[in-house]
Amino acid sequence: MAEEVVITDEMRGLIGIESTPWIHEVTTTSVRAFARGVGYRDPVYYDIEAAQAAGYRSLPCPPTYLGTPVFIPGQSSETFSGPKDDGPTLEHGLPNLLDGGTETEYLADICAGDTLTASSSIVDLSIREGKSTGKMLIVTRETRCLNQNGELVARQSGQAIFY
Amino acid sequence: MARTWDSFSEGDALPQLTKTPGVSDLVKYSAGGGDFNPLHHDYAFPQAKAIGSIIVHGRFKYACLGELVSNWLDHGGRIENIACQYRGMDLPDQTMTCGGVVKRKWEEDGKKRAELELFVENSSGKNTTPGTARVVFK
Repeated sequence: MAEEVVITDEMRGLIGIESTPWIHEVTTTSVRAFARGVGYRDPVYYDIEAAQAAGYRSLPCPPTYLGTPVFIPGQSSETFSGPKDDGPTLEHGLPNLLDGGTETEYLADICAGDTLTASSSIVDLSIREGKSTGKMLIVTRETRCLNQNGELVARQSGQAIFY
Repeated sequence: MARTWDSFSEGDALPQLTKTPGVSDLVKYSAGGGDFNPLHHDYAFPQAKAIGSIIVHGRFKYACLGELVSNWLDHGGRIENIACQYRGMDLPDQTMTCGGVVKRKWEEDGKKRAELELFVENSSGKNTTPGTARVVFK
């Protein structure tokens, strides 16, 4: 537990810097794996005929799923599967990470067969006092996903809590 | 059957979804989503030891709220926005009840929309994961 977490000018200077764009694939296999991981029983997320009968081009992306980042050994994070070099690094020295919240705005349907290009940036930094964790650094990051036609199809923002 | 605009009113509750994810279920979610943070499967991980247990992924709960809304909508429309906050940790092998209520139903510029308030309640009755969703109908 760090006693003295402060937001420095250097940290603030990282707000708005775009990460390297990274490909997220949405495939029939990846949609099924996600749906299975959540526990869906709805055949629309597993069976292409059922998906087409419900009006989709192919298996639709289950809510909150925005494709699986392409994994390349050495370039991808072993833990989170995204790019290891996900934009500039915040030097805060806090060892523990919790998720604070997530919001996703969908601008269009996303289905198996789509290839999304995701890039993100830090949009806000704040400090909060946790009940059992002491001072926490809250990092809000926004990710934007473009499909293979260059259309913005989703925006996701999330709060990472470091303590 | 796909949800239709005429089939619900403000104040209606969504059919609840209960989940009691064990370690194997959390591993399945990790594989499906690509999040292999040891906090969600490795009891020897220092942060898990400090907490006293591994914990359910916040994103797993978020995805369960997505499933709740998807089941209710049954492809009668599309989710435009879904959000939640992780206010409390959930532990494996504990029952979580996902639910929600229709807060608002309105028509604007020819679009029919509804706003839902969502929750994940733990076995002690605490809402660990309050959320919202906005859906637009076909």
